[in-house]
Amino acid sequence: MVKVTVDGIVVDVAPGSSALQACEAAGKEIPRFCYHERLSVAGNCRMCLVEVSGGRKPVASCGFPISNGMQIFTDTEVVRRARRAVMEFLLINHPLDCPICDQGGECDLQDQAFGYGADHSRYRENKRAVTDKYLGPLVKTVMTRCIQCTRCIRFSTEVAGVPELGGVSRGENLEITNYVEKALTSELSGNLIDICPVGALTSQPYAFSARPWELKRTDSIDVCDAVGTNIVMQARGASVLRIVPRINDEVNEEWLADKGRFVVDGFRRRRLDRPWVRVDGKLQPAGWADAFSLIATRLKGVPGARIGAIAGDMCDAESLMALKDLMGMLGSPNIDCRQDGARYDTSRRDFYTFNTGIAGIDEADALLIVGSIPRQEAPVLNARIRRRFVDAGRGKFPIAMIGAPNADPTYTATVLGEGPDTLAKLAAGELPFAEVLANAKNPMIIVGHGALTRPDGQAIAKACWDLAVQMDAIRPDWHGFNVLHTAASRMAALDLGLVPGPQGRDVAGMLGGGVDVLWLMDADEFAVHDIGPDTFVIYQGHHGDAGAARADVILPGALYAEKPGTYTNTEGRVQRAFRAVMPPGDAREDWRILRAFSEVAGRKLPYDTIEALRARMAQAHPAYGQAEHARLGAADTTAPQPGSVAVAATPFHPVIADYYLTHAVCRASPTMETCSGIYVRPATEAAE
Amino acid sequence: MNALTKAARSMLLAELAAGMGATLKAFFKPKATINYPYEKGVLSPRFRGEHALRRYPNGEERCIACKLCEATCPAEAITIEAEPRDDGSRRTTRYDIDMTKCIYCGLCEEACPVDAIVEGPNYEFATETREELMYDKDKLLANGDRWESVLARRLELDAPYR
Repeated sequence: MVKVTVDGIVVDVAPGSSALQACEAAGKEIPRFCYHERLSVAGNCRMCLVEVSGGRKPVASCGFPISNGMQIFTDTEVVRRARRAVMEFLLINHPLDCPICDQGGECDLQDQAFGYGADHSRYRENKRAVTDKYLGPLVKTVMTRCIQCTRCIRFSTEVAGVPELGGVSRGENLEITNYVEKALTSELSGNLIDICPVGALTSQPYAFSARPWELKRTDSIDVCDAVGTNIVMQARGASVLRIVPRINDEVNEEWLADKGRFVVDGFRRRRLDRPWVRVDGKLQPAGWADAFSLIATRLKGVPGARIGAIAGDMCDAESLMALKDLMGMLGSPNIDCRQDGARYDTSRRDFYTFNTGIAGIDEADALLIVGSIPRQEAPVLNARIRRRFVDAGRGKFPIAMIGAPNADPTYTATVLGEGPDTLAKLAAGELPFAEVLANAKNPMIIVGHGALTRPDGQAIAKACWDLAVQMDAIRPDWHGFNVLHTAASRMAALDLGLVPGPQGRDVAGMLGGGVDVLWLMDADEFAVHDIGPDTFVIYQGHHGDAGAARADVILPGALYAEKPGTYTNTEGRVQRAFRAVMPPGDAREDWRILRAFSEVAGRKLPYDTIEALRARMAQAHPAYGQAEHARLGAADTTAPQPGSVAVAATPFHPVIADYYLTHAVCRASPTMETCSGIYVRPATEAAE
Repeated sequence: MNALTKAARSMLLAELAAGMGATLKAFFKPKATINYPYEKGVLSPRFRGEHALRRYPNGEERCIACKLCEATCPAEAITIEAEPRDDGSRRTTRYDIDMTKCIYCGLCEEACPVDAIVEGPNYEFATETREELMYDKDKLLANGDRWESVLARRLELDAPYR
């Protein structure tokens, strides 16, 4: 550690830190525009000037390395004057359009001009004007406001891994541009809006809709993928207006994928806001009591084995638990959460968990991805892999992929093959990457749902596990076997046992008349049209999508923004979300619906409060009673069950066909529809 | 003063005469009251009466939906919703003032960067129902159109003191 004195305060900072980090350690606020903790240092805004003992002039603290015994002064007359001068330079060309700028109220330039700038302008000449650039349907540009901090260039190059932004010309004429009129091809482009310190890059769908001081902020968890990104729902009145990421270094750092951010305009569209009952083939609005009594009547005399339930991909753990208990009360073993038909051995938690952990990627030194395209399935996690790849340096973090030969993962990955036969070759040591894995200290294997949703999914999982054991990746201090989930509810559902019981039917078994009464909770992502014509379908959910169209009774549920809930991400981290707004109309929290119905059905669920339900969850799985998430290795290397289907040689297929339209809320969102039209459809058509 | 003088004054109605004298003086003085509503008092250019939303001379509405008036309003009487207009400019889709909540403090006018919302000289906007006092954007713009010449003159007169 290096001892540095900042304004008389002695602090210990790690060697190699910058003067700015030392000042922050001492609790001193240093104004900055171009410096960002998670990006490389550019040092071009000059706002972070400080005085250093022995120096003849102020230095830019963000790029100034500390040395032992250094004295830093952040509040001298020289520093104050330097900051005021820099601010005056920055404001020379910055338009005074704060009243119509969406960044107004949360603008770094506005705040810092207030804090460190002069009280008037001496500039009488004309300001520079810059043509706006087209960056796609999500990011709105007003390039005249740009102060050329180059954060966006560094973000797209370093974090997103799509070097599509750059600067042309120099000095005052420097323009940030994407060179060609083409939408940014990144699933993380929404983060440009957050990192832009001024209003040059703002959110297109959110344009002009609210001011930051009007919004009520509620902590929540993103359920558009299984990463469990920590988010803040910002609501005004009854509607959530935007979603921004919340910093959690263990999970998402400070990034959020575009789907999780811009899905918000689907929250109020196509909503189920009252119960519906099918009468003579047509859905008619009904009351809760009518809907419940209809279901109870229909259930009368139906044996448990003829009742089934399918849980969807966005459910909270509370409602999953309640559904599981309700089915238990009805005597049904037919319950399933695997709409995509994935196969897991659920006997041990680490058979279906991202065991290394998202933060654990930083410690890995070799990676094999099997049947997964993390860039689409978990963009934020992919950014973590990319960061590890970049930080490790050339060749220090070798990555190989099996399947997905045409995907651009944003880092260099060797495509070893397209099917599970490559896995066998690796195990036999026939490929050079086998040696890389064997020599690695902390190798990681990620198994995706491109592999697990195949009939031979369990066998492939076992093959990957065996390979991990062979490469010594499963040790008490390191667990290199990882399952990358795509559904936010999947981990919780598997933990709480939403898989068919003994002689129970899975999703495929419940279709085609396998059950007489089918309870769908948020489930739209399976072959809904294959449900038997005589099956009585109850759809409990929030959006009118495939499931609701087939339903005989619709029970309006709450969206993830409208209920307090627990979500477990792919690494098994149990996280809480809070309620941002109330559900619309007659819609209710899902577990309350199940609890209320259980009373009508005469089999009352034993919890009246969410606390009691959470106690029940803790009893069902210990992870739900613990406050802390612990990453563990495994001493027991017993492999998961290989299932009944032997490994086939067919190549892996991507599990996500259209990143922007993966669930009912996306499909209700006009922004996601636009994105799909711009990013996905042209590519799909070109491929055809 | 002795009792005799007192009695004499009382008998000769001296106090009454003095009082009548004062009345007579006031009778010939210029009147302090005015014949409202046919006559009206003089208003300062800063008088804060009924609100109006102004337009530019070319007919474009001034308001840019910055929401500063909404933020500053101590009575929370202003409600604004905004979205991009077809030409991409920032405009309100809703601009409501609850005139029953308004305390006529004039902070909205102070906050406005484009002189769009102003409090005009009109104080005769009493209504028969509460509903009529919930002003919407159309009403406010209509006020602006009706009073524009006066409003512009008032701002001009007040400008040297700002």
